[in-house]
Amino acid sequence: MMAGLIFVFSLAALLQFFVSYCRSLITASARRALSPDVQDVIGIKQAATGDDFERVMQFLHLCPERREDRNGIQAIGAYFRLLGVLRKTIGVVVPALRAWTESERSNCAYFAAVALDRRIAYSRDMLAEQMTA
Amino acid sequence: MPGPLEYGIWILGALFEAGVVVCTLLRGPFRRYFTLSLYMLTSFLVNVGRYLVLARNGNNPLASDYIYFYYYSDAILTMCMFFALMGLYAIVFEELGAALYVRVFAMLMLIGTTLFSYAVVQQSESKMLTHYIVEIQQNLYFVGLVLTYLLWAAVLKLRETRVRVIQIVLSLGVYFSVGAAANALHNAYPNLRFIWEYVPPVAGMLLPVAWIYAFMRFDEDARLAPSRLAVVPR
Repeated sequence: MMAGLIFVFSLAALLQFFVSYCRSLITASARRALSPDVQDVIGIKQAATGDDFERVMQFLHLCPERREDRNGIQAIGAYFRLLGVLRKTIGVVVPALRAWTESERSNCAYFAAVALDRRIAYSRDMLAEQMTA
Repeated sequence: MPGPLEYGIWILGALFEAGVVVCTLLRGPFRRYFTLSLYMLTSFLVNVGRYLVLARNGNNPLASDYIYFYYYSDAILTMCMFFALMGLYAIVFEELGAALYVRVFAMLMLIGTTLFSYAVVQQSESKMLTHYIVEIQQNLYFVGLVLTYLLWAAVLKLRETRVRVIQIVLSLGVYFSVGAAANALHNAYPNLRFIWEYVPPVAGMLLPVAWIYAFMRFDEDARLAPSRLAVVPR
């Protein structure tokens, strides 16, 4: 009985902490503007949509990895999938939740675009270093 | 005998724990986050100790020496984690000057949990020491989760804006939630070995990764509005 209660409470808390942690990662990158080059490549001018996420992730996987952002990207990928499940299940009957998941999915896409921007800048710096060496 | 996957998670986890200490030393906040660094250092040393005990017992994780060392060291580590949590409380409440009250409260919770776990096992027929250890672990993780939840509520209420503190608190919340859920499952269904054998070590490996990220990626001055992080909008 006690173990069951602890299990249920822990799962609920886990969900809340995980969502807040992912939002803290997203919010920290939300203030950063995308460079014009990245805007042209991924076709996001001002606001991203949830549907852009997979496409931006494909670009992201083409760039050399940066160790610093790998775990953040994986966490946001898991968060994006969780939002997708919520949107297709509870979101069908609760329109407010559907709107919220859509807004969160677009934030995830913007986070991925900022990560792509950083990776491209990192690759350029590496190339410039090699050219000068 | 642990397989390559178990060893991989174990070694990576220990390296990341050492990495947190190195990061706090390199980036400067070692003194400010002393209790967190101390916990990570203790955890790294415990992992080395566990490896030595395991090797001395022919890599047999079912050897009684290793089992006792494992569970006792884990209980000690959970208590060290309480000190880390108290350090975080002190940081969040430093401007209110209420850190001392919070520390006393956390200490009382720790002692109360230990006594409660002992009383629960004392009433059972088996009265096994290992049962007591599993019971106390479940309860310590749960109390840790409740304390982290209260800390998160305080962060939201006090409008704590430091990104580093926020990310450390949230990752700690994820760690305690996973630990409490896994230990509750262990207590209720001892046969579900794959859950409590793999999930807590993976969560234990991800916690130092999240802390390294928080220390390396953000300065102490980096800020964000905590109201934007609440699941229920404020």
